Amino acid sequence: MCLRHSMLAKFKLTLAILVDIILEFYLKREKIMLQNKANPTINKSTGLPRKRFYRARAHSNPLSDSHFPVPLSPNHVEYSLHYPQLFPLADRTDTCKKIGFADIGCGFGGLLISLSILFPETLMIGMELRDKVTEYVKERILGLRVANPGQYQNVSVVRTNSMKYIPNYFEKGQLLKMFFLFPDPHFKEKNHRRRVISPHLLDEYAYVLQVGGIIYTITDVEELGEWMKSCLQNHPMFEPLSVAELEADPVVKLLSTATEEGQKVARNGGQTFQAVYRRITPAS
Amino acid sequence: MEGAEMEEARVEDREHDHNNTQEDAQIEESEQKNKDAEVAPALVSVHPTQNSVAVAVGSDLRVFNLLDNCAVNLVDESGGASHNDSIRCIKYGTNGKLFVSAGDDKLFKVWSTDCWRCISTVVSEKRLSAVAISNDGLHVCFADKFGVVWVVDLAGFDGSEASLDKKAAPLLSHYCSIITSLEFSLDGRFIVSADRDSKIRVTVFPSKPLDGAHEIQSFCLGHTEFVSCLAFISSPDSPQGILVSGGGDSTVRLWDIISGSLLDTCEVGAKVGQVESDATEGNCSIITGICTILDCTLIAVAIQSLRGIMLLACNLPSRTLSVTKLVSIIGENFVPTSLGSSISGGLLWMVTGASKFRGPDISPCSRVKGISGFNKNSPDSSEQEPVVLADTELPGGVKLLEKLQGSMLIDEKVFLVAADAVKTAMCNLLNKKQYSDEKREFRKRTRNDKKKKQ
Repeated sequence: MCLRHSMLAKFKLTLAILVDIILEFYLKREKIMLQNKANPTINKSTGLPRKRFYRARAHSNPLSDSHFPVPLSPNHVEYSLHYPQLFPLADRTDTCKKIGFADIGCGFGGLLISLSILFPETLMIGMELRDKVTEYVKERILGLRVANPGQYQNVSVVRTNSMKYIPNYFEKGQLLKMFFLFPDPHFKEKNHRRRVISPHLLDEYAYVLQVGGIIYTITDVEELGEWMKSCLQNHPMFEPLSVAELEADPVVKLLSTATEEGQKVARNGGQTFQAVYRRITPAS
Repeated sequence: MEGAEMEEARVEDREHDHNNTQEDAQIEESEQKNKDAEVAPALVSVHPTQNSVAVAVGSDLRVFNLLDNCAVNLVDESGGASHNDSIRCIKYGTNGKLFVSAGDDKLFKVWSTDCWRCISTVVSEKRLSAVAISNDGLHVCFADKFGVVWVVDLAGFDGSEASLDKKAAPLLSHYCSIITSLEFSLDGRFIVSADRDSKIRVTVFPSKPLDGAHEIQSFCLGHTEFVSCLAFISSPDSPQGILVSGGGDSTVRLWDIISGSLLDTCEVGAKVGQVESDATEGNCSIITGICTILDCTLIAVAIQSLRGIMLLACNLPSRTLSVTKLVSIIGENFVPTSLGSSISGGLLWMVTGASKFRGPDISPCSRVKGISGFNKNSPDSSEQEPVVLADTELPGGVKLLEKLQGSMLIDEKVFLVAADAVKTAMCNLLNKKQYSDEKREFRKRTRNDKKKKQ
């Protein structure tokens, strides 16, 4: 009799403890869910956006005429919208600082965030075709600005088709650095014309880069890496950086480590192929 | 029970039909739009010293020799009609020895103006939309509807060879944008290309063009709609000339191509609205043609729906544009689709017509007219007014008109239909399609991430 009683008691106790644990779990979840109901897309503790609410397809058609506004000319780029702390007034004179770095296809903004701290005196901008991803980067920058007063004021993002409208954003010889990290490979030969690095588009990139400016490209697709390298090698206005120069440049290390895509490649143990070239005056 | 079921089935059928007709209607609409976009305007081009005049209507290329006062028979060794589909662009070279034509049949033809023989035919992968000849006559360029400009070198051509087998090399590209106009600067140092995305690109024309033109001099940005035509004005201060452009935003603009800066804008559309109060669909005062006359002292502008031309003058010291006069064509429904003039002559040639119409199958015809009497010194003087010439007053007279028009007796109504067709075609081709939010969502319905979950 006694044995059965004690076993029953133990059983009841275990059950009670279990029920307690389960109840606690559900109550906590309720609490979190109530918190998140206010703004589910933003993580309450860090103030940064949660990627799961900004999922988008990996591809966006660069050939379609999307309906986003494009500035009429580089003078019409709204600096006060992108960098409100640095440009409080709407009008800008010619002597004002101009954007120096452009990340083409900036994705979720990993590189820009790192560059913003490394180069606090330079204005930089990311260009992205997918609107959900652009929204994510916008929220991310705003969150970082709030959490770190005075920092991240020099970085911004814009939704645009950089293959068509780069001359609308940047003047001749304006940029110091241009980044093309893990661009869409467009594997099929008929789609090669959609690649963001091509002999013709390099003319435009050479136009907006100043002499001595640097173009950084990296990819995990070997064929694309070969393609980009050969386009740059054959273009009369670009020359490769020497090994010593690559070692000395702090930005080169960021190419494979700073972006979400780069981190994914590293996690999967993949190889990356980079091509870093300098804009030169063509020999006539 | 059965009755109710039948009712339900019928209601479902009707709904199904309704969905079908909505999609069908949209497919029909886009097919019609495609057909409309295929109507090509009649074009005119004049030899630099007015030795001859060429008119292109549909696939027909017609040339009249003004020196010998006779119609020209084109000689094309490839046999058959010179072009198989609508010709979209024609041009004489500034040295007068070459003439080029290209169009929807994806053929680019180079003609010698001495014997009017086709010396070279280049086949392209895409339809062609613009052509240009370098000032020294050594290179010819053509642009396709995908935005690539190609160059062919004619070195070694001395006029006596039967034909040259030439391949085109890509020169430069406007990413994915129809190139509407191609022009060389007056000193031949630059090639200017304008596109449907309101951009004008000025590129240095290299000494070895077959390797590509990689050095961009500047971008002339300012038009708010597609750029439709380009021309150069000579200026003593700039050997390259001053660029004039006309666009879908109804403005004519002046540019300094070295820096890409906008010198002046002339709101031509607004001025037309002031004079002619029968404004049609609001914003369709697209500039359809620009031509400089009288040694580049005056600019003639053709505007959609305007029965006549607008004359502008460029004040060189201040580099500004001003409207001097509106020359109307009275007594005839004539909306010029293309303008042309010799370099120093004082006669402006105009043509109207189109390749095909939505109506009965009429063979393409055109109407040619001329305006003369321009006075460069005092455009406002009442002594000499530009006057529209009567048929017999045109050089070449009735003979020229018979050759270039195809016939002397033409029903005027035909030209109204033609002008309308050309207008729709241009709008469909160059205006970017604006979709409402619902329509955009409807177009994305087949996308995997847009399909509504069941």
